[in-house]
Amino acid sequence: MSNYVIEALNITKHFGGFKAINDITLRVEKGNIYGFLGPNGCGKSTTIRVLTGLLSPSAGSVKVLGYRIPEQSEQLRLNIGYMTQKFSLYDDLTVIENLRFMGKIYGLTGAMLITRCKDQMQTYGLDQLQHQMVKGMSGGQKQRLSLACATIHQPSLLFLDEPTSAVDPENRRDFWEKLFDLSENGTTILVTTHYMDEAERCHKLAIMEAGQMRADGSPDELMAKMGVNIVEIKTAGLRQLKATLLANEHIRSAAQLGVRLRVLVYNHIANPIDWLKATFPALQNAELTQARPTLEDVFVSVTGASRQ
Amino acid sequence: MMSTTRIGAVMFKEFRQLSRDKLTFAMIVMIPLIQLTLFGFAINTDVRMIPVAVVDNTNNATGRAVLDTLKATQVVDIVTYLPDAETARQAIQNGEVKAVLVLPHDINNRIETGRVLGQWMVDGTDSVIGGAITALQSMPFTLTPKLANQQQTLATSQTFDITLYYNPSRRTAINIVPGLLGIILSMTMILFTSIAIVRERERGNLELLITTPVSSLELMIAKIVPYIFVGMLQVAIVLGLGALMFNVPINGSPIDIALGSLLFISASLTLGLLISTIAQSQLQAMQMTLFVLLPSILLSGFMFPYEGMPVVVQWISEALPATHFMRMIRGLVLRSAELSDLWKDTLWLIGFTLLGVLVSAKRFAKSLD
Ligand SMILES: Nc1ncnc2c1ncn2[C@@H]1O[C@H](COP(=O)(O)OP(=O)(O)OP(=O)(O)O)[C@@H](O)[C@H]1O
Ligand SMILES: [Mg+2]
Repeated sequence: MSNYVIEALNITKHFGGFKAINDITLRVEKGNIYGFLGPNGCGKSTTIRVLTGLLSPSAGSVKVLGYRIPEQSEQLRLNIGYMTQKFSLYDDLTVIENLRFMGKIYGLTGAMLITRCKDQMQTYGLDQLQHQMVKGMSGGQKQRLSLACATIHQPSLLFLDEPTSAVDPENRRDFWEKLFDLSENGTTILVTTHYMDEAERCHKLAIMEAGQMRADGSPDELMAKMGVNIVEIKTAGLRQLKATLLANEHIRSAAQLGVRLRVLVYNHIANPIDWLKATFPALQNAELTQARPTLEDVFVSVTGASRQ
Repeated sequence: MMSTTRIGAVMFKEFRQLSRDKLTFAMIVMIPLIQLTLFGFAINTDVRMIPVAVVDNTNNATGRAVLDTLKATQVVDIVTYLPDAETARQAIQNGEVKAVLVLPHDINNRIETGRVLGQWMVDGTDSVIGGAITALQSMPFTLTPKLANQQQTLATSQTFDITLYYNPSRRTAINIVPGLLGIILSMTMILFTSIAIVRERERGNLELLITTPVSSLELMIAKIVPYIFVGMLQVAIVLGLGALMFNVPINGSPIDIALGSLLFISASLTLGLLISTIAQSQLQAMQMTLFVLLPSILLSGFMFPYEGMPVVVQWISEALPATHFMRMIRGLVLRSAELSDLWKDTLWLIGFTLLGVLVSAKRFAKSLD
C-alpha cells in the first residue's frame, strides 16, 4: 500500500459526450483535510462519486485505502463515511432512529451501538433533539446529524460534499472545529466547498474548473506560486478603469472591492506599481498599494474561461 | 456474506416509516374494506323479488302449494303466468322476466317417486340472479307443512332442475371474494414495493444508502418482508369480512390458505420490486403497476373464465402471478383443496419469487451510472 489514502490517476468521466471531469490526478495523504474548491458544475460531486465507487471512471485508475475502485468498492464501503451534497437521511425518522439505522448498517450492535449513538449525539450537540423528527429540523441541525451519521462507525476516510452549504457562519466555524478534531484523530477528510474561508482551512487544496484541476497544493504554496503581483487601486471611476485595465495583456484580472480595485499583474513585470502608472495615465493621481495575496486571488488567477 | 443485522436495520426502518405514513396505512385497511363492500352489492346472494314467470301445467293443489312455498322465500316475485315453455323462453330473451319456473302436469307422481318437481329456466347473464335461483334448487318443500315434526322431505336433495341460459359455466358469486383477494393483493402489494426503491431515489436517500455496506440482496429482502405482514393483514380482512358479510365459506385449511396467500404476496412484492428497479420516478412506478394490474384483473380468471380465453391470451395469463393465485385460492377456499393438490401453481409462485428477488438484486446495481 502506498502512503496515499487516495490515489487517483488521470481519471476522466463522461456522461454521453460530455466530459464531467477530465484527466484529474489526485493524491491525498493520511490525516489531511483535503479541499475541493470550484464553481457550480465543475465536477466536484462527480469526482467524489468516482472515488467512492458510485460512478465508474471512463478512464484512469483509482485506489482508495489501498482498494482498487470500482472493483473493490464493497470492501471500501465499510471504512468510509459519506455526507452527500443533498441531505440524504430519512426525514420521517427521528434523530436517534437515523443514528441507530446507520449504526446497524455498519454492523454496530448491542451495547456498542448504544454507546456510539450516545457519544455521537453528545459530540454533535444532538442530545436535546434526540426524539425530534428530522423533517422539522434546521439546516445546521440536519448537517450535524449528517456528520454524526457519517462518522458513527469511525471511518478512517470521510467524504463531505459541500457540508456547510445550508449553514450560517457561526455554525460553519463550529463544524470545522469538529473536522479538525476528527483530523487530529487520524481521519482523512475530503471536503468540497464554494467558500474561500473554508478552503483556506484545508491542509491541501485542489482548485477545479470545468471538469479540470487547475491547481493543487497547500493554500500557502498556491499563493506563493500564483505568478502574479497584486496591486490595489483607490481612485474614482473604477468601472471604467476596470474595463481599460482588463484589455491589457499583462493584467490577469481586476476585481472591484468597494472603493478599491484589486488588480492581478503577471509577475514578469518587476515593479507593477510603476508599470501601472506608466502604462495608464489615468492612474497618475490614484493611490496604489501592493497587497498580500489571498486564496481568492489564487482562485481568480487559475480559473478563466468558465462553464455555464 | 448476508448480514441479518443489516437486513434487520432496513426492515425496522421500513416499519417505522410505514407506521408514520398515514396515507399508506389507511390504504392498507381501506382498499380491502371499500372494494369488498362495493363488490358486496354485486355478490349479495340475498337477492329479493326477482321478477319471474310461471308455466303451471299442473292446475292442482300441489302446484299451488309449490308456488306458495316459493313466494314465501321472497326470492322471486311471480309477475306473470305463461301458457308454455316456448313463450317463457321468449319472455326471458326479451328481458321481461329473469327466470321461468315450469311445473309439469305429473307433479304428484314426481313427489311420490322422489324426482325433481319442476324446472327453472334462468337468464344466466347475471351471475347474481343465477346464484340466487340456484339457491332455490334445494328449496325445502312439503305438502303438509302444519305437521312439522312429520315432514316428509323429498327423497332427492333437489326440488328443482335448473337450466341456465347464456352463461352455462355459472360463476357464482362466492367465486368473487377469493378472486377479489387476488386483485386487492395485486394492487396493494405491487404498488407498495414498486415505489419502495424509487422513493428512496427521489428523496435522495439512495446515494447515501448505496455507499454503505448494505448489499443489493439484503436491501431487496428487507424491502419486501415488512409488506408480507401487511399482505397477511389484508388477507385476514378480506376473508374475514367475506365470511361475515357475505357468508363465503372457508372450506380449506387455514394454514394452507395462509401459506398460499404468503406465496402470492411474496410473488407480487417481488414483481413490485422489479418495477422499482426499472422505474426512475414514483409516477413511472405507478404507471408500470397499472400495466401489470389491468391484465391481472382481466386475464387472471377473475372477470372471465380462463377456459374461455384464446390460447395466446392463456399464455399471457399464465405469466401473471394472479392467475396462479386465482386458481389456487378458489381451490383452497371453496373446494377445500390442499396446497399439495395445487403443486403446479405453488411451485410456479415459489419460482417466480426467487427469480424475481435475484433479478431485482442483480438489476439494482449499487452505482449511479
Ligand atoms: N448523471 C449525470 N448525467 C449527466 N451529466 C451529469 C451527471 N452528473 C453530473 N453531470 C454533469 O457533470 C457536471 C459536473 O457535475 P457535478 O455535480 O460533479 O458538479 P459540482 O462541482 O458538484 O457542482 P455543484 O457545486 O453545483 O454541486 C455538471 O455539468 C453536471 O451537469
Ligand atoms: Mg456537487
